[in-house]
Amino acid sequence: MARRHSARDDDHTSGTGEGSPAGGSGPDIGRRRFLGYVLAAPTLTVAARLGAEVLAPRPAAAATPALVPSLPGPAELLDLNELLTIAALPTSNLITIRVDTDGTAHFALPRAEVGQGVTTSSAMIVAEELDLPLDKVKVTLADARPELLFNQLTGGSNTTYSTYTPLRVAAALARGRLLHAASLVLGEAVGTLTTKAGVVLSPAGALLGYGELAVKAAALTDAAVEVTLKDPDRFRVIGTGQRRVDALEAVTGRKKFAMDLQVPDALPTMVCRPPTINGTVRSVANLAEVLAMPGITDVVTVSTGVAVRGRTFGQCVDAVRALRVDWGPGTAEGASDATVLEKLRRAELPLVVPPLPLLTKAVDARFTFHFASNAALETNCAIADVRRDSAEIWASLKAPIVAQERIALKLGLPPTAVRVHVTEGGGSFGRKLFSDAAHEAAEISKALGKPVKLMWHRTDDFRQGRTHPMSLSRVRATYSLGEVLTYEQRHTSVATDFGHGVGEVLTAEAARLPVADAGFSETMFQLTQVSPYHLGVTTQLLAETDKGFNTGSMRNIYSPNVRCAQELVMDELAGRTGQDGYAMRRRLLKDARARAVLDKVAEAGKWGRSMPAGTGQGIAVHTEYHSAVAILAEIDCRPGTTGRTIPGAYTGPRVTRVVCAVDVGLAVNPRGLEAQMMGGIADGIALTLTSGLHLSEGHFLEGSWDQYFYTRQWNTPPELEIIVMPPSGDKPGGAGELAVAGAMAAVACAYGRATGTMPTVFPVNHAEPLAFTPLPTVPPVPASPTDGRDRTI
Amino acid sequence: MPQHTFILNGKAVTADVEGDVRLLWVLRDVLGVTGPKYGCGVGVCRACTSHLNGKAFTPCAVRVDDVAATDEITTIEGLPDTVGAALHPMQEAWLDLDVAQCGFCQPGQIMAAVATVRRAREAGREVTEADLDTIRNICRCGTYHRIRQAVLEGARRME
Repeated sequence: MARRHSARDDDHTSGTGEGSPAGGSGPDIGRRRFLGYVLAAPTLTVAARLGAEVLAPRPAAAATPALVPSLPGPAELLDLNELLTIAALPTSNLITIRVDTDGTAHFALPRAEVGQGVTTSSAMIVAEELDLPLDKVKVTLADARPELLFNQLTGGSNTTYSTYTPLRVAAALARGRLLHAASLVLGEAVGTLTTKAGVVLSPAGALLGYGELAVKAAALTDAAVEVTLKDPDRFRVIGTGQRRVDALEAVTGRKKFAMDLQVPDALPTMVCRPPTINGTVRSVANLAEVLAMPGITDVVTVSTGVAVRGRTFGQCVDAVRALRVDWGPGTAEGASDATVLEKLRRAELPLVVPPLPLLTKAVDARFTFHFASNAALETNCAIADVRRDSAEIWASLKAPIVAQERIALKLGLPPTAVRVHVTEGGGSFGRKLFSDAAHEAAEISKALGKPVKLMWHRTDDFRQGRTHPMSLSRVRATYSLGEVLTYEQRHTSVATDFGHGVGEVLTAEAARLPVADAGFSETMFQLTQVSPYHLGVTTQLLAETDKGFNTGSMRNIYSPNVRCAQELVMDELAGRTGQDGYAMRRRLLKDARARAVLDKVAEAGKWGRSMPAGTGQGIAVHTEYHSAVAILAEIDCRPGTTGRTIPGAYTGPRVTRVVCAVDVGLAVNPRGLEAQMMGGIADGIALTLTSGLHLSEGHFLEGSWDQYFYTRQWNTPPELEIIVMPPSGDKPGGAGELAVAGAMAAVACAYGRATGTMPTVFPVNHAEPLAFTPLPTVPPVPASPTDGRDRTI
Repeated sequence: MPQHTFILNGKAVTADVEGDVRLLWVLRDVLGVTGPKYGCGVGVCRACTSHLNGKAFTPCAVRVDDVAATDEITTIEGLPDTVGAALHPMQEAWLDLDVAQCGFCQPGQIMAAVATVRRAREAGREVTEADLDTIRNICRCGTYHRIRQAVLEGARRME
């Protein structure tokens, strides 16, 4: 894989620190001058506002209005990233870096780490401005901080975009304070001192470690201080590939996820769940009998089912299976893929292009995207310890303030009495925007008066957990004489739950109101959906229907489906007008950065190379989050491949090669960026080829990882090349979700070209006979197997 | 309560627990060994992959009753000791290729990788692409490509 390695110059001279005149006199100095804060504390503690860039007061900057736009413009003017960032302005608060006497810098990130690498990239940003070795920067995850309001939401690939400047401001200020303290100790002018690797150096060769200066650099009173950031030309850490800061913990098994924590008396707890989606408990026939089972300490009916608590999770599984519950109906009784499809068809908004002139032709297509599971490998889980007048929660949460305030509401406690600890997350993919398990754990803990360690069974995680909603995308594109004249897309989806809000409980509650809801979803759609191509008169509209399902986003909200449909139509248009798919895309792209990544994959991936029948290439581009990605995929759909047998594996077509080029403006950690692209590509392959849920009689049929076919080793492309483009800007764009849409589209286009038929149903295997025998719905979870000794390998 | 003794990461341990409890929960809930993760409970995601007498297995699918006093169970926590080093070469390869993302599946992935290399070596050959295709462990972050690279690199470092 290609990676950019930059040679950097060596020492960092002091000129950019706090209170110093300037770090040079270039014209862009003003753009690097910001306000930070020193806070009264025993050791050096600095802070910056988290939110939109807080420039040092200038007449123009001071007049910047603080507002949340009520009528946001289209995504090209103000995309979701900017909404999330601007939303922070009126309520923004401080993030803090503390330097300890051992020379380490500490920072509690108000975001969730779920594998996307934000602890690493944040540590890199601090290490850069502070001139401190990366391993001396300790990043932890902040508890819920209600005063941050909007600004503690991890989503929309927004973390680095929104924290980049505040982190730099705080770190640069810390460095300035350290220099100032060193100058007093050494009796040397600040301007003569330099910093390097956690040490202040004087011209005479004196060395003072940051640890030695941490107390002297501390402030007695809080104060706002102007600070100038490092010139990006001097970056030595940002832009270099770094290993994850938690890699050693991960490979040794020491990394602690929620279920690995030992909270006193928080015993394993599971819930016996209904046979249909959101079914309810009418009565339990054998509660006392189950309570007497080995290891079981408690059995109690709660709003989502019947909770059992015991010494081990294994005994909880047995107890769940033993419960005899009379279940009431759920919220999707009798629903199947066919009934939902019919509802979607009826809810579809009309196309508006008037009757066509004689020579104009049209591509008309309708694409079906089935329900898909956003389950992570770590199932929904949380620890809760609810007392009479307080509560404590441990869970991986991307919107911890919403969790805190809603749990407080439910428990009848003030939010300040509910402590919410954000733990490391075993994946998210949209799941951890919600706090289903934390709510449930709190409810059970309150009912029992005991702490609980609640974990969902995998089968429940698929069947009752959130899904990416089923949707239809109708597209009509008209063309004449080789030119596209109009492009209309009507995306119709089962309602997406935005109950996590954009961070704060009031917003979240607004999203639950029927009145506000349509407008909110449509706003999200308009903020995120943009056609990267000039296709004449373009309209893309969203309609939603059916709130009976537990839904949420899934490593993006709409883009993978909307863009997949559009890229397939691009290929169809190219075919009908006798144009090459790459050349046509290239010509119609609006954005130069998108064109550059498209060119890069076409060249590196040898677009148009001769390939055997039954195989093919697909190419697609996606722009979002101030970033651009292009994907070229090659697929093998020949019978010898689709019929390959690997013991216990669901195989099918194989993506044999993927070339990806990505431009995020400024890649803080190119190695982490490559990892995000790799993961997004695995997701895109799954969405196109294998990953879907079958809805039947009010429940999903899939109940294990050998039934829900996420990409596995046997479907992984043997060849993968990821190219990180040279920096095209001075700020990092989003990356976490970026690759999914492009990869899904490129694989679909490759499939279409290899088979000669444009796919219109996703995943493409959805109509095939089920490749597994569904598990029963009563009991809701399968028995734990006993044959592990016979299957050692 | 019945007692169950076996060798865990080189040391004899005894757990007081009912005999039909699966070993995964004896490790995690009784003994506090949390490297093996729960991802499905039915032996298909393989997040709990550990070694039973040197071979990969899923402790979620073995009753503690079926573990003998002489059985050697190795979890990710005990892997380095099998080579008498701070880290096993497969873990070193994992670090050098920066494989992990969320990290939840990675202990199981590494244990599966070591067993895959051992199995190939016992058959008198090196790990092939076809071997890599048969590794069943799920990584929902999609780190598969780096896993493939790391298994090959780890194999080179394993003598």
